[in-house]
Amino acid sequence: MLALYLRDLRLGIRAGGGALTGVIFFLAVIATIPFGVGPDLNLLARIGPAILWIGALLASLLGLDRLFQAEREDGSLDLLVLNRDRHMLAFTVFVKCLAHWTVSVLPLVVASPLLGLFMNMNPTGIGATALTLLVGTPAITFIGAAGAAVAVALPRGGLLISVLVLPITIPVLIFGVSASYGAVNDPDPFFQPFLILAALTLFLAVVGPVAAALALRHSGD
Amino acid sequence: MRLIAENLSGERGGEPVFEDIDFSVEDGESLVITGPNGSGKSTLLRVVAGFLPAARGSVRIAEVDETFPSIASACHYLGHQNAMKTALTVTENLVFWQQFCGKGRLDIGEALDAVGLDGIGHLPFGYLSTGQRRRAAIAKLLVSHRPLWLLDEPTAGLDKASEQRFTGLMGTHCAAGGIVMAATHLPLGLERAKTLEMGRQS
Repeated sequence: MLALYLRDLRLGIRAGGGALTGVIFFLAVIATIPFGVGPDLNLLARIGPAILWIGALLASLLGLDRLFQAEREDGSLDLLVLNRDRHMLAFTVFVKCLAHWTVSVLPLVVASPLLGLFMNMNPTGIGATALTLLVGTPAITFIGAAGAAVAVALPRGGLLISVLVLPITIPVLIFGVSASYGAVNDPDPFFQPFLILAALTLFLAVVGPVAAALALRHSGD
Repeated sequence: MRLIAENLSGERGGEPVFEDIDFSVEDGESLVITGPNGSGKSTLLRVVAGFLPAARGSVRIAEVDETFPSIASACHYLGHQNAMKTALTVTENLVFWQQFCGKGRLDIGEALDAVGLDGIGHLPFGYLSTGQRRRAAIAKLLVSHRPLWLLDEPTAGLDKASEQRFTGLMGTHCAAGGIVMAATHLPLGLERAKTLEMGRQS
């Protein structure tokens, strides 16, 4: 399983892996917001966490369609499914999700403090947003894997995956943003939404791969 | 081990492709599937591997040993695609599949020698020619041990010398008690080979 993780990591980093697409998209979204909203620093600081979260959410949905499609095109998916007695297919999917998250989504989390400065956020807010992104974005990848598995046979499945997955990621967005606000605005709680966010990630870490494995198992043609 | 199919029927998108196929292959034997294009050779192999559900009938293995309880766990599947990543080197690809599928009789270097690709393991898979890619995919069969080989047009793109070398590899596999099931247009030159003719019954 470590072999699969390392292979996906290598593939993501090498040329054509598309690991940086998400970060560049994220950067483009966040960098244009201050121009659109105008020079109202208080307003920017107030909407900062929400904008960062929406940007990260959309950016992390970008590369998901290649998660299984690339495997399917070169025939690797057949062999991954074939070895389901040695490696439980849901666990194989889980490891692929982790590798995808490490390569494509973790850079978003790393970039978010810098982009937080663009939004005139204070250090606490930046820290809280980065932390909630770190905890919350795996959930998006896990449930996105289920969408990617359903759309694996569709040649232009990328947009379909986003549409399929977006409604399920809304709770993650809500609790991620409310935890970020909770850290900055005094009466609002930080820990309650943060813990629900962590619970969502753990829940989807189980449900997403199992659903994806089921879809892959029956996508044979 | 014995691979048995009874009244096996397969379909693609609701259209029957082949019907009522029976065969039985045991250790050391091979089954060569011939037939015109569209006669269902690939579909048969995919049904046997379990990628497609059988429309009717069944395929199973009997006299199993506990290492390989099911067909999926006992077989190598070599389809039209080579299941190798173009961005990784040949060796990286093979090392991954060996670690994922388990150790075989040969290590990476020996397997590359056996298919005549020694000395190019460091090249990215994408740099290889069609025939070399196919040979690298064949090396994948050697680095992990599976008793049953399901091969779909295994010699596509191979030159004469490589075909003969591959026949030798299949012969060694059968001699060691393995089973080869290959869909092909070319005679593979195997001993103890059964033939299954497929064609549209109309």
